[in-house]
Amino acid sequence: MVECVECGAEVSLHDSLEVGEIIDCTTCGAELEVIDVEPPELDKAPELEEDWGE
Amino acid sequence: MKVGLLYSRIRKDEKLLLEELRDRDHEVAKIDVRKQRFSIREPPEAFEGVDIVLDRCLATSRSRYATQFCDAYDIPVVNSAETAEICADKVKNSLALERAGIPTPNTEVAFTKESAMEIIESFGYPCVIKPVIGSWGRLMAKIDSKSAAEAVLEHKATLGHYEHKVFYVQEFVDKPGRDIRVLAVDGEPVGAMVRSSEHWLTNAAKGAETDAFELDDEARALVKEASDAVGGGLLGVDLMETGVSQRDTRNTSGDAPEAGGYTVHEVNHTVEFKALNDATDIDVTGEVVDWLESKVEVTA
Repeated sequence: MVECVECGAEVSLHDSLEVGEIIDCTTCGAELEVIDVEPPELDKAPELEEDWGE
Repeated sequence: MKVGLLYSRIRKDEKLLLEELRDRDHEVAKIDVRKQRFSIREPPEAFEGVDIVLDRCLATSRSRYATQFCDAYDIPVVNSAETAEICADKVKNSLALERAGIPTPNTEVAFTKESAMEIIESFGYPCVIKPVIGSWGRLMAKIDSKSAAEAVLEHKATLGHYEHKVFYVQEFVDKPGRDIRVLAVDGEPVGAMVRSSEHWLTNAAKGAETDAFELDDEARALVKEASDAVGGGLLGVDLMETGVSQRDTRNTSGDAPEAGGYTVHEVNHTVEFKALNDATDIDVTGEVVDWLESKVEVTA
């Protein structure tokens, strides 16, 4: 469990966490980016940009 | 092999790739494109010893430039800078398909609102305005009337980035509530699915339902041709069913058009495949990694 940087709620993490992955805070809905895995650390994910896609 | 996975966000697609590559004991260097400094002289340290770079950048602009740098460093990259350059831009995409003689929706481009309005009036209603850069069905406009056209053009001209002043107008294709996404490696289909929705946009990212689709010979041939037209690679080729062979409509022989028929509206170069993986029984990730391994064998 780590703390949501947006609302402070506890965020549960799964086992196969990857740096760069996005986790949703189930309390406030914020998108959080995994910036480290040992130990797990989250930051606010970047906002959607116009040229994102496939 | 050592794969450099160039990314800024690890989606489910990238997680599947990482898992498959590691399961096969390949070395993977995750390279966060946001943290790199691309010198015109030598590659960043993160690229050292990499046999192939897999470009999975979420941002088209980063993808286009990063692949150019890979080329400059003589590091094999999929997809190539050439493919990225064409697929990233809907104008270049349409030109490449048309140049290759592939059925594709009629499209015209104008640089002023007035000229764009002339195109729209000549196409008739409905027609479609698309951003030249963009994905996931965002900022697409189905134009049903002259007043809607005037409003959209005004907004694009006034509020938009300069690229929105490149007015890309396309005929509306009355597809049967679905389109077809084919994942292909160098033109060889890995799998295909239909994306169905009651909305005119049928992107999976817009919530369309997906289901496996069996390609016929005509579709397979078009996928190969479309892949070749943009330089090949790991691609998502999008087709719409027209009910009539588009090639036959161009045929002036007087013969009746055949049933079936497709039009290719787009080829995507940083293709997402998680929806296809879920919609079919195909091991999409495994097939993609098989292909990557073959690419490294060829370049070794």
